[in-house]
Amino acid sequence: MKVTITVNGAEHADEVEPRTLLVHYVRETLGLTGTNVGCDTSQCGACTVLMDGQAVKSCTVLAAQADGSEITTIEGLAKNGTLHPVQQGFWEKHGLQCGFCTPGMILTAVDLLQRNPNPTEAEIRHGLEGNICRCTGYQNIVKAVQYAAENMKGGA
Amino acid sequence: MAKYVGASIKRKEDPRFIQGKGGYVANLQLPNMAYVAVKRSPYGHARIKSINTKKAAKLPGVIAVFTGQDLIDGGVGKLPCGWNVPNIKVPARWPLTPDKVRHVGDGVACVAAESPSIAADALDLIEVDYEPLPAVVDARKAAEPGAPLVHDDVPSNVSYTWGIGDKDACDKAFAEADRVVELELVNQRLIPTAIEPRAAVAQWNAATEEMTLWTTSQNPHPIRLLLSAFTLGIPENKLRVISPDVGGGFGSKIFHYPEEIIVPWVARKINRPAKWVATRTEASTTDSQGRDHVTKCKMALKKDGTITGLHVQTWSNQGAYISTFAPLIPTALYLTLLSGLYKMKGIWGEMWGTLTNTVPVDAYRGAGRPEAAYLIERLVDLAALDLGMDPIDLRRKNFIPKEEFPYQTPVAFAYDSGDYHKLFDKAVEMANYKAMRKAQAEARKQGKLVGIGVAGCIEASGPAPSRVAGALGSAVGFWESAVIRAHPSGKVSLLTGSHSHGQGHETTFAQVVADELGVSLDDVEVVHGDSARVPFGMGTYGSRSAAVGGSAIVHSARKIRAKVLKIAAHQLEAAEEDLVYDQDNGKVYVKGAPNKSKAFGELAFAAYTAHNLPDGMEPGLEEQAFYDPANFTFPNSAHICQVEVDRETGEVTIQRYVAVDDVGKVINPLVVDGQIVGGVAQGVGQALWEHGLYDENGQLLSATLMEYAVPHADKLPMIETARVETPSPHNPLGVKGAGEMGTIAATVAVANAVMDALAPFGVRHIDMPLTPEKIWRAMQK
Repeated sequence: MKVTITVNGAEHADEVEPRTLLVHYVRETLGLTGTNVGCDTSQCGACTVLMDGQAVKSCTVLAAQADGSEITTIEGLAKNGTLHPVQQGFWEKHGLQCGFCTPGMILTAVDLLQRNPNPTEAEIRHGLEGNICRCTGYQNIVKAVQYAAENMKGGA
Repeated sequence: MAKYVGASIKRKEDPRFIQGKGGYVANLQLPNMAYVAVKRSPYGHARIKSINTKKAAKLPGVIAVFTGQDLIDGGVGKLPCGWNVPNIKVPARWPLTPDKVRHVGDGVACVAAESPSIAADALDLIEVDYEPLPAVVDARKAAEPGAPLVHDDVPSNVSYTWGIGDKDACDKAFAEADRVVELELVNQRLIPTAIEPRAAVAQWNAATEEMTLWTTSQNPHPIRLLLSAFTLGIPENKLRVISPDVGGGFGSKIFHYPEEIIVPWVARKINRPAKWVATRTEASTTDSQGRDHVTKCKMALKKDGTITGLHVQTWSNQGAYISTFAPLIPTALYLTLLSGLYKMKGIWGEMWGTLTNTVPVDAYRGAGRPEAAYLIERLVDLAALDLGMDPIDLRRKNFIPKEEFPYQTPVAFAYDSGDYHKLFDKAVEMANYKAMRKAQAEARKQGKLVGIGVAGCIEASGPAPSRVAGALGSAVGFWESAVIRAHPSGKVSLLTGSHSHGQGHETTFAQVVADELGVSLDDVEVVHGDSARVPFGMGTYGSRSAAVGGSAIVHSARKIRAKVLKIAAHQLEAAEEDLVYDQDNGKVYVKGAPNKSKAFGELAFAAYTAHNLPDGMEPGLEEQAFYDPANFTFPNSAHICQVEVDRETGEVTIQRYVAVDDVGKVINPLVVDGQIVGGVAQGVGQALWEHGLYDENGQLLSATLMEYAVPHADKLPMIETARVETPSPHNPLGVKGAGEMGTIAATVAVANAVMDALAPFGVRHIDMPLTPEKIWRAMQK
């Protein structure tokens, strides 16, 4: 079947199998391998992307369901060579070690801060609860989100 | 002076990861690639009566189907054991099993297809006729008479036994003890769960007969050696193994796995690049797992709290096959740690390594050391309870005093350095332990179940002196290599045999090189993980990268400096001893005449033009060092944890966690704190939630992340970290391992806290994980 999906601002029209998951479409058809796959039960969140601005686990969305929508993957987050404040926060606060969960974690945090620009620590932890990181113990990820919230004040 | 070492420098490798440019194996796409999938056993134990691959082979898009026998007929070898303790029986382990499946997930056949989905479809069409057999999953029951045999040629399922200590001194300690505390415990099975599932990609060049394998490994060179010498048969000089960005390992990516054989074998057979990526369920049923001990232990004490003896018997579950380094873990990394932080002579430990119908067990973060720390620190807490002493006071009474280092324990190790009183002073101060206890007493009066847990732990990290390892059964050495290549422009490449899969080597190793040579951090590139680019190296595990790999780096840097000084002396027409190598900026100048100088870049260039070098000097500026450590390093920790148990539900909330660690000198505090905190999280995971649980038939009941409960962000508090530094005296950086200490200490700190919370109920011990259900049941008794 045919789908038309805008990914990181560029429109793509592709023939896909009906069973194709969005994550496989993004990784294999488009070659955008920044979106990682860490599980097969929608637990880990490594594959999180933004679909029409909202964080979704792209292993739980069919490419067909994404037809006509706008997708942002980790590759599309920095603008004109400038890192998004959440990306910057992860770098500044050592919010990553192996980096595998990081793209999904960053996009989840972007969504979280869109909905709640001034989250408490508990709200950040709750907001990240659907993404698993095995390296950091989440501490520096929480600090990275706090850094981003601080730096996004004033509509950055 | 050190400009970079000791500074919290943000990581050089991060920009690619935060922008989705990580180079993981699964991201690799080659032209004309075939996709490999493995047919796996749904049974814990069954005989293979027949395999019918015809239907699968006929599916459009399927390139080929192979069974275990096909691979054996095609020349693959058995997976070897890399640590052979005396009299060990290592049963046959083929890449795909031809006769009998011995654990759920054991591979029996594989498919190569045009797409991953076709390969998955084809697996369903392979018909395997199984004759199910009775299974055994428990480490101790496996050795009992009448237990099903996992391998016909290993009687009683006992692969090996091992013991260490002074048995007479131990018996005497118990005979003369005023008080004995005893405990039977299970240190439960864990599933490592690196977030990146394992993967392999292979490319065969039929013209040159060269194979390239990309694999998710912590140590590509040893994998190449095993492939070449044992399993695949392609000579090392025709086999390139690349371990690029790897998404976490925690030990599970040390070992040689069947898919590292299957994928290149298939690629050569079909003459196409081939790729395999594990699903999470495959990861849970094939990645070597951790812990799984059944232990009987007891501690002898005098009535003043002096510990005099420790007696330990452990049945260590090895799983269905002996994984690469499996026998090392419950022997030389477990029983040798039984002295803990304490001065006691009467230690005896013995263990049985048994085979069961479960996934093989090998090193997982801590690897033997957390199991040792767990039983010691549980017993110490029980002793304190029985003697009516504060658990910290009892520990302090028994610490090895700082004046006695290096300290020879009765269980082989000689600890390098430490100051355990100072360590606990710091933890007690940070936690405000007295106030914590007072608040606990108040909370108890109000009916709240608040508990405080203490853990004082030792780790042997940075394996290992190769000669010692060899004497203990190792098939390999444990040195590390480093090459520093100064380019003509003055830029520097470090080629290291260590491997980073999250630890931050590209930054921390660059810090070391930059300081040693006096060059800018930005001018140092760290290269690792590619057998064609870096010299043979042993890789990363056992918290060895800084202590062993870092030392190799320092040694090669010193060789570079020595050569640079010689060139400078020649060109400045000065005696070498009259020159100063300024490590702040890489300048070499004449003492007392700083204007008479040469910059590092100029001297590097001179080394390559070779127009004006001292007579007899070889051109170029590249130096290699192999560093074999003189000893392990012995990081140590004082962790204090406060929990509250919900009286109604049994749920545990961690209210505070203080982690004070002595990891020696620190290269990058940001990175070290990250290691400690991440390690604590994994320790908390074992204490409270994680369990690789098998039913009696060998079914893994926690094979997905729905059942296997790793820590999530909302379940952890902010961990408060601090350090006490006693430099390791035997490596040039003074560093000790930092990667595993958090996990070793946190598991038992949390367990002790929960038991302390349950003390009003008279509960002495509950086996981990300390789930609400177990705690609730204990409270009802």
